[in-house]
Amino acid sequence: MKIGLFVPCYIDQFYPEVAVATLEILESLDFVEKVFYPKEQTCCGQPMANSGCNADLPNLANRFVNQFKHADYIVCPSGSCVAMVRMQYRNYLETSALPMLRATLELSEFLVDIANYECGDTKFPYRVGLHQSCHGLRELGLGQSSERNGIAFNKPRSLLQQLRGIELVELQRSDECCGFGGTFAVDEEAVSCMMGEDRIADHQQAQAEIITAVDMSCLMHLDGIISRKSLQLPVMHIAEILAGRVPKSLVPDQGACDGN
Amino acid sequence: MATRNTPHPTLAKRFVADRDRAHWHDESLWFIREKRDLQAHGLPEWEELRARAAQIKKHSVSNLAEYLLQFEKRATALGVTVHWANDAEEHNQIVLGILRSHGVKRVVKSKSMLTEECHLNPFLEHHGLEVVDTDLGERIVQLRNESPSHIVIPAIHIRKEEVGALFSEKLGTETGATDPKYLTEAARQHLRQKFLQADAGITGVNFAIAETGGIVVCTNEGNADLGVSLPKLHIACMGLEKIIPRVADLGVFLRLLARSATGQPITTYSSHFHGPMYDGEMHVVLLDNGRVEVAQDDDFREALNCIRCGACMNTCPVYRRSGGHSYSATVPGPIGSVLNPLKSPLEHTSLPFACSLCGSCSDVCPVQIPIHHQLYQLRSELKRQGNIKTAKSLQMWFVGMLFRRPRLYRLGGWAARWSLRCFGKLAAFRWLTIWGRQRDLPFPPRVTFRKWHNKNRPTDGGRHV
Repeated sequence: MKIGLFVPCYIDQFYPEVAVATLEILESLDFVEKVFYPKEQTCCGQPMANSGCNADLPNLANRFVNQFKHADYIVCPSGSCVAMVRMQYRNYLETSALPMLRATLELSEFLVDIANYECGDTKFPYRVGLHQSCHGLRELGLGQSSERNGIAFNKPRSLLQQLRGIELVELQRSDECCGFGGTFAVDEEAVSCMMGEDRIADHQQAQAEIITAVDMSCLMHLDGIISRKSLQLPVMHIAEILAGRVPKSLVPDQGACDGN
Repeated sequence: MATRNTPHPTLAKRFVADRDRAHWHDESLWFIREKRDLQAHGLPEWEELRARAAQIKKHSVSNLAEYLLQFEKRATALGVTVHWANDAEEHNQIVLGILRSHGVKRVVKSKSMLTEECHLNPFLEHHGLEVVDTDLGERIVQLRNESPSHIVIPAIHIRKEEVGALFSEKLGTETGATDPKYLTEAARQHLRQKFLQADAGITGVNFAIAETGGIVVCTNEGNADLGVSLPKLHIACMGLEKIIPRVADLGVFLRLLARSATGQPITTYSSHFHGPMYDGEMHVVLLDNGRVEVAQDDDFREALNCIRCGACMNTCPVYRRSGGHSYSATVPGPIGSVLNPLKSPLEHTSLPFACSLCGSCSDVCPVQIPIHHQLYQLRSELKRQGNIKTAKSLQMWFVGMLFRRPRLYRLGGWAARWSLRCFGKLAAFRWLTIWGRQRDLPFPPRVTFRKWHNKNRPTDGGRHV
């Protein structure tokens, strides 16, 4: 099986370690022959689409199809970007591309539904707060939302539960939005930050030591508030936890101005 | 010419600035959401009921003319006079005409979002009539000269201490009294006088049944019943979309409505009206006011499913923290952010963006309106109509250009990482980004994933597959 690795732009630029962890997990699967990463990837187009500016989407959707046409599955460590591809791209593509959109999966979804993933001996002896990223939960259906009445399930949670020593804390509001919401975080800065603070307070009262989620964007927003308030509550993407990483300290490396 | 309302972010920021109040508001509404969850999760058939309700609404909205004409015929046969109004102005003129022809001076009104939509109260007052809202919450906001901030709980933004002060000034209650029982009793005595003096009663309509020509009004206070039982004249004002085909359909909605609205199995009163009282008169005013246009719109038709339960407001993390008045609209919150811009886009440009697209509203909605998908769709509608700010359009054009060209994207990414590493801690830079005012900016690494991949997996690039 050939897997195409779909890396969101902000993970490529700001959180490469999340993509590395994702790659390692996918490479560790027996049935996977190859994980390829198309180098010409940029962004799925969500910031523009969420702002009502759809002009670039046909181009981005077609580029996506060309880049990943050889993949059996396309896997991405972000529920939000997968939701964009799976739910929105169909408006800009030929119907022949639809199976490919359906084969685009969020990492935890791929691991549970396709890979029957088992965490083996991986340890993570911490109290973990699992933030339910909205697009994963309600667009992709990675779990049952608290509003709906049905059989409870949650794919990211079922993966984390397998880790040795982990304790998943119970939140008072199990799946309230963190307030990131893409351009919402800037357009509605006041409400966005209050939502973030409230989420963090919920994880704190539940005595979480680490917050995790399937979307780094939620975590970037929460981490921004945590860091500004100098709280000791690291965030980790679920891929990093599953790949056996240890929690980082909150102190960032103080490097010089030499990017690239 | 319509003008833009004060944008939602500006008003929301003011509300959030009083952090204690914003928290109190958030928690009061979350409490109702939790009560709703208990009820919704207590019914194994909940999701089936939602689906059934959505189907009935879809069918009714698709056959609107047929069912409305059937309703008119049956209602007329029951002795009800049915009126048709194109817009708010016509609606108000019809109501005024009926009241004048009966020499009415004083009117009692039960809660009706439709009359709020038409601004009926100020219109009637302008023509010399006394209009008293008899729902407790609505009476409170009326005495404060405010509009409701929520469609089910109009005074949810007001604390009991403020109600105490208001009643002390307007109704003569003891200064400093805050006991809800005492204050409610005072309002009850005050309203009892108004009921006894009234010459006419106005109600809204929750459901109109085409099969029978009857209407149903749901209240918890019984104020609709009293308001139309004492005076001889009853005027019921309804939006066209309130029509349902059969009595058998009613049960589906009654089971969903109160559970979704307040977490009660059913409202205390579900009052059925089938014609005027002995020696009295009953009128039903049917209002379009843009609804037919929405019914013809493939993208937004389902917004007419709305039964005004307010569950989307109670669950919305933005509404709970920004308050109903931040929406500058009769119907606030998620569904209001769909309905208002559909009717007057220029006035309500900011509303579809007052949403993080979390989707909780769509999952909670008892009639399965895909509210957040409609909000998403509305954003591109606004762009198409030229109602998106130029600055934002330019910004999006710019990032779009980067994302179409991988080399430019990489250059832009490098510049972003470089500036964040160098200036991310500077106050001025933080302020300019807006993101950084209350949040730290990410401190990016030197190496992107792409670069890491080039070095560590040199043969797995897409071009070689």
